[in-house]
Amino acid sequence: MDLEYKEEDLRFRAEVQAFFRENLPKELSDKVRARRHLKREDAVRWHKILAKKGWIAPGWPRQYGGTGWSAMQRHIWAEEYALAYAPPTLSFGLNLLAPVLLGFASEEQKQHYLPRIYDAEDWWCQGYSEPGAGSDLASLKTRAVRQGDHYIVDGQKTWTTLGQHADMIFCLVRTSAQGPRQQGISFLLIDMKTPGITVRPIITLDEAHEVNEVFFDNVKVPVANLIGEENKGWTYAKYLLGHERTGIAAIGNSKRELKVLKRRAAKARVDGKPLLQEPQFAARVADVEIELMALEMTALGLVADGARSKIGPEASLLKIEGTQISQEISQLQLESAGPTGLAFDPAYLDGRTEHAVNGDDDAAPLAAHYFNLRKITIFGGSNEVQRNVISKMILGL
Amino acid sequence: MDLRLSEEQQQFADSLRRWIEKDYTFEARLKIIRSDAGVSQPAYAALTELGALALAVPEEAGGMGGSSEDLMIVMKEIGRGLVVEPYFATILAAEFFKQAGAHKPILERVAAGDMKLACALNEKGAGHELFNIGLAARQDGAGYVLNGAKCSVVHGGQADGFVVSVRTGGGQRDRDGITLVHVPRAAQGLTVTDFRTFDGQRGADLAFADVRVPASAVVGQAGQGWDILEAVTDYGVALLCAEAVGAIEQANALTLDYLKTRKQFGVPIGTFQVLQHRMADMYIHQEQARSIAVLAAVKVQTAAPDERRKLVSAAKVRVGKALQFVGQQAIQMHGGMGMTNEMSISHYFKRLTAIEMTLGNTDFHRSRFISQPGFAAV
Repeated sequence: MDLEYKEEDLRFRAEVQAFFRENLPKELSDKVRARRHLKREDAVRWHKILAKKGWIAPGWPRQYGGTGWSAMQRHIWAEEYALAYAPPTLSFGLNLLAPVLLGFASEEQKQHYLPRIYDAEDWWCQGYSEPGAGSDLASLKTRAVRQGDHYIVDGQKTWTTLGQHADMIFCLVRTSAQGPRQQGISFLLIDMKTPGITVRPIITLDEAHEVNEVFFDNVKVPVANLIGEENKGWTYAKYLLGHERTGIAAIGNSKRELKVLKRRAAKARVDGKPLLQEPQFAARVADVEIELMALEMTALGLVADGARSKIGPEASLLKIEGTQISQEISQLQLESAGPTGLAFDPAYLDGRTEHAVNGDDDAAPLAAHYFNLRKITIFGGSNEVQRNVISKMILGL
Repeated sequence: MDLRLSEEQQQFADSLRRWIEKDYTFEARLKIIRSDAGVSQPAYAALTELGALALAVPEEAGGMGGSSEDLMIVMKEIGRGLVVEPYFATILAAEFFKQAGAHKPILERVAAGDMKLACALNEKGAGHELFNIGLAARQDGAGYVLNGAKCSVVHGGQADGFVVSVRTGGGQRDRDGITLVHVPRAAQGLTVTDFRTFDGQRGADLAFADVRVPASAVVGQAGQGWDILEAVTDYGVALLCAEAVGAIEQANALTLDYLKTRKQFGVPIGTFQVLQHRMADMYIHQEQARSIAVLAAVKVQTAAPDERRKLVSAAKVRVGKALQFVGQQAIQMHGGMGMTNEMSISHYFKRLTAIEMTLGNTDFHRSRFISQPGFAAV
């Protein structure tokens, strides 16, 4: 075995680090570091910097602007991305819709939409979830009835992340009530400015506006916006959900946050001693650090040359472990603040004030972050659903 | 980076597995552990024949000079097959001689399979602290006279010689003043009390009453044994982790099989979601343990001491958690059948529990991990 990075991978890492050093605007990384809310223009600004470099869509085929990176290079990229405190990319278009377009859209649709995703001309959101559906995605009810060269869409989507900024939404809609419920679903692209669409914010437990409800009332959508064949949408949806997602374990992110945690816990004092030396706290930090070491090896085992297999259902393991680690670190970070962590300061988080109300800028976002991170074991297929995947696909139960 | 086994390594693993599946079946093993000897000379000879002993010995002493990674492969198969022979005790003791760079005749005999060894490192009241040594060695001319006791020496009763940690200076818990000596089984004044351990292996307590050894019996440098003791036991921990991973994989395979075949309420119990999710968690524990065990085993011989301590302790902590979860849940999932001594799963659980208690448990290694300089360096 060879556990060392290859020379070419080290060179690639250095190149990536240099890129972030030279091109990531400090205002943006500061905002991410301080965990303050990002605005639409922040995300678009960063997107355009990456697009100009040709690094916005690493997973795409080269002819459409992909980078042609190896799995290892993409792993390194994801790690350095997190360590640089770079804002997230507009993932819904880049990583979720694009693979479906590439796999199933007409040439005309590809030519139209892919460049617009690449240049951030369209902000996409996802219309999958519906009230009462949750992980039982196929139970969706939003109807699309064909009338001439249009569909008439009626229904409701929910948990639509960043839908308040979106220009376009890709939706799963019911086009047939015949046969098994998976067989009557179609994949439709809808312009958010179409009359009959209402977006209503959902305020989450961290008092942030990240997700929305989207209502469709008699919404006219051109048939040209159908991807692939009518009633075959479930196939595309499954393809999307199963599409290889690098960085799903968020290892770089957890490495970064572990350092933040240790810095905080080394500064915080209990009885005049660093919190990091308090045996019970240190033991919990050690446990999560060790878990992360193991997960990094597990992930490297999947992306290294000569890896035992392609990332398939193992992605579920990475998701379960990666999200649990992220949550545990966020909890330890909040605990490291002690009673100071109780203050909740939306004005500071939104960037309306320069400093936190209780004078501790460092502690101010920890609670909101902790509460916000509860989502990661729920979305993208809850961790319980990931356990179903492991038991079915890997264990054969 | 490449995490595959080489073709040679894979062949070695396969030949060991074939031997275990053919000659070291669960029934054959039961017979061995219920025999008076508790071990099997033919099995040891077979391990020798397969090259497992030579692998642990340098080429200049007639061995094959295998790396810790090679030994990891052997130990994983031993774990999978629950092999109770005094293999690990012997190669770990041999590692002391190897790292001390002397005692070539002993290593030659180990490679040839005609000398078994054991490591006498534990003392009553010392817990997992291997530097906590009361066994006194008084200098007498050029040699030493040993008085005191060692406990729970794995396969001590089957060994032809011991590597013993003794105190030639310093206080009870000092790292200075520790000396490692080779004591033959036949030494005058040495009493060996052989007993069964709960995992079907053997252990022994050793009593030393004026046991004399010559200066040439010292392994490494007198009074400065701690560095080797720590390096060799770290090597041992890495290999024990590999053994645990082999046993975990097999315990999971047996449990999975049981879930697919055992029926209740008219359906296989593996159709119940609560058991599917438990099994998924057991799988995750297995993969996480495997990953970190590989990391420790590949790096234990080459990493700088600080890094080595960190990796090895991390591995023992993570593997310790995995073996407890998998062991306990495997019994739970087997229901009443898991409680019987006739089912192999209960023997996996017992061996895994023994590994947790050997060369430092999870809590011990977590504390050690925390006490490394790298932990608080922020």
